[in-house]
Amino acid sequence: MKPVVALLTGVLFGVGLLISGMATPAKVIGFLDVGGAWDPSLAFVMAAAIGVHAPLVWLARRRSAPLFDATFDWPAVRRIDLRLLSGAAIFGVGWGISGYCPGPALVSVGAATTPVLVFVGAMFATVVATHAILARR
Amino acid sequence: MEWSSVLRALAGGALIGLAASIALLAHGKIAGISGALGRMFAADGGRSFRIPFVIGLVVTGIVAAIIAPASIGAAVRGTPLLAVAGVLVGVGTALGNGCTSGHGVCGLSRGSGTSLAAVLTFMVTGAITVAILGASS
Repeated sequence: MKPVVALLTGVLFGVGLLISGMATPAKVIGFLDVGGAWDPSLAFVMAAAIGVHAPLVWLARRRSAPLFDATFDWPAVRRIDLRLLSGAAIFGVGWGISGYCPGPALVSVGAATTPVLVFVGAMFATVVATHAILARR
Repeated sequence: MEWSSVLRALAGGALIGLAASIALLAHGKIAGISGALGRMFAADGGRSFRIPFVIGLVVTGIVAAIIAPASIGAAVRGTPLLAVAGVLVGVGTALGNGCTSGHGVCGLSRGSGTSLAAVLTFMVTGAITVAILGASS
């Protein structure tokens, strides 16, 4: 049951990305093109997602355990440090070049075009390797 | 900006927020895609969520490419540039501990100041990158 729900959660997330326009790199780049032909419509993706999720986070905080697990895996509180800001800055450059953030890139694998497969291959290899290196320190 | 794209953004965003809420309330997990991908094989209890969740995203893309191919936009940069962008997204999200989903949707829904700093940083460097490269190349 648990892996099936996890798979369906991924499907629901993916359908949301596809409907929203996030899997269209030209649209994402239009959103980031603040000084050019700016298309702010993708700001509504974030607004709606937070509008739905924030009240349910509030609910989760009042529960002792999730449905399928013993504890909530809340992220450890992290300081705003150089590693966080430099990582976010580097990600932003890659996002601005490609118009892909990780979720839409994974969904776009379905199109199976060479550019997106190369992007996802490079992203997958480096995100796994960097996490592994950081975990060892 | 067209109203139809605002409506799609709102509907897609709501589904993304719902998926993030199921990840949290059912599995106790933060629906951060870069983290799910980067720690996909990490030997902890979260693997049984991360692997099917990521598979769900990819499967959705494969089905979409067949039944709704227009929902996946074409890549807007050449393959060499996308390879570079993939590395930047992989390394950057691992260092910064999150992407548009983990920091954007989930972090902001929790009211995390750390996530807000990350979101503002990648938005700014993304916008600067688009300003330099242009909307297509």
